[in-house]
Amino acid sequence: MNNMARIAVCDGNEAAAWGVKLSRPDVVAVYPITPQSSLVEYLSKFIADGTLDAELMNVEGEHSVLSALQGACLAGARTYTATSGPGLAFMFEPYVRTPGLRLPMVASLVNRDMLSPQCVWGGQQDVMTVRDAGWIHMFCESAQEVLDTVIMAYRIAEHPEVMLPVNINHDGNYLSYAVSRVEIPDQPGVDAFLGPKNVNWHAALDPDRPMAVDPLTGGADADGAARFVAYRQSLCRGMQTALEVITDVHADWARAFGRNWAPLVEEYRLDDADIALVTIGSMSGAAKDAVDAAREAGIAVGVIRIKTFRPFPVAALARAAAKVRALGVVDRAVSYGWNCGPVCQEVRGALYGSPSPIPVLSFIGGLAGADLTEAHFSRVIADTAAALTAPPAALPVWLNAREEGTPR
Amino acid sequence: MYEIRIHGRGGQGAVLASAILAQAFVDEGKYAVAIPSFGFERRGAPVSACLRVDGREIRSLTNIYRPDCVICIDPTLPRMVDIFAGIKPGGTLIQASGQRAGAIERPDDLATLGLCDAVGIALAIFGRPITNSIMLGAFARATGLVSLAALTGALEAAEFRDAGLEQNRRAMQRGYDETEVLSLTPELVP
Repeated sequence: MNNMARIAVCDGNEAAAWGVKLSRPDVVAVYPITPQSSLVEYLSKFIADGTLDAELMNVEGEHSVLSALQGACLAGARTYTATSGPGLAFMFEPYVRTPGLRLPMVASLVNRDMLSPQCVWGGQQDVMTVRDAGWIHMFCESAQEVLDTVIMAYRIAEHPEVMLPVNINHDGNYLSYAVSRVEIPDQPGVDAFLGPKNVNWHAALDPDRPMAVDPLTGGADADGAARFVAYRQSLCRGMQTALEVITDVHADWARAFGRNWAPLVEEYRLDDADIALVTIGSMSGAAKDAVDAAREAGIAVGVIRIKTFRPFPVAALARAAAKVRALGVVDRAVSYGWNCGPVCQEVRGALYGSPSPIPVLSFIGGLAGADLTEAHFSRVIADTAAALTAPPAALPVWLNAREEGTPR
Repeated sequence: MYEIRIHGRGGQGAVLASAILAQAFVDEGKYAVAIPSFGFERRGAPVSACLRVDGREIRSLTNIYRPDCVICIDPTLPRMVDIFAGIKPGGTLIQASGQRAGAIERPDDLATLGLCDAVGIALAIFGRPITNSIMLGAFARATGLVSLAALTGALEAAEFRDAGLEQNRRAMQRGYDETEVLSLTPELVP
């Protein structure tokens, strides 16, 4: 740890709030929603106490949250917000507009399952519904990683070759409320890491230099169509560049603060593995424990944890997958109409055309707050190992489903 | 790894107790993770919180299904909740109860029982049955896994809705002083 860090014992929401505070945003707009509420309560407290010098806007809903922040960001402010599940749904219209405007915002998604049935608990269905909205998405395993990644996100978002909004995802309940030991870096260290604030150099609103923002673009004529395509291509380039920037920023973080987070995909006990679990978010800790137990029992298994999901790290994932002969992908969300979860779908896509195809099995669990335990991961390991010798089932395995034969 | 499950009712502070205990363990140089169970948030409903303690970093954020220790901060709860679900042989129960040890339901292979009339103490100090800080004192006394000093220090960092710090300090001290510790099956202690 760097010299002046202090140890706190806090939950993931508070860790995120500390990351935000240390990043010195100018404007924070919020609307509370479970399981995000305590995060914005911590921020309001920092602002009320005067330890965070930011404008706090309590607005009437999530649509206004992001609309207000778009104005603030266009005026050159560093911004932050956080939301969950249905709050994200209500935010959708300004949400999809933000990346096209190339606004380098940072927002936390405290992941929550989607309605219906009514549900207030963790799940990743919310983020998976916006995976192609143009935001960068990173997923964290621990409260410490949440804090560190929130700070790193500002460097990534504001990088001149990226200029895209970043969502830091942390699982509702399991990360939002779990309390653990967290190192809080010192302010001068974070100030040095982030450098001078230069948020919106490309389109800052300026009364002396009036301009139209977001004019009507596209249409049937060739010129309009080409102009629209150029915007899309530019956004796609920003996404691709972000792969390198994310990697560089994580390396800088490790140098400055001594914590070496894998930027794109983390490989755990993979080098001599026959099979691997693919995980995302807070489930990964239990998966690693299950892998350690399986190793004791002689099964050569590792973990590939996806940290960055947008841009999807195709090359890094393919390199990791090339070390094993079967993958078991665990999703905390559903992709309707596909017989696999969304992460599994993307892993299969990333490995398409691989010279030596391997079985990629789909497991879906942890929906609506359900626990994904070491026992569930042991099942995933057993099924994936079995795929080395026999063809796997085509259908996903639902890890929290009622056992057949048990009463309804 | 030592795993603790705290059972209580909404409003008694079981979740806050798990966070205070985590803070105390970290202050003593250990790693701890406290995970509240989540259900419908209302006063009186059964709630639980899980706590893992270890000498090294803890990765798992799952609930606890095989606890070494159960802390039950409400005397009426065992009638409606299986507080012993999965408890390991040779485990520890810290029970809030004004009854004698013989009247406490418990598994045959329980090794240690800590008994504290937490409701009686709470009514005397707070005027209502808020038992969390008292039962943390009882836990420290019965297990010796954390010092009363560290727990008292952790209290200071906590935010109490219903009572002041000084009251909670007294409550914790009384919980520590007034807990009866019974060694039932010492041969089972790991």
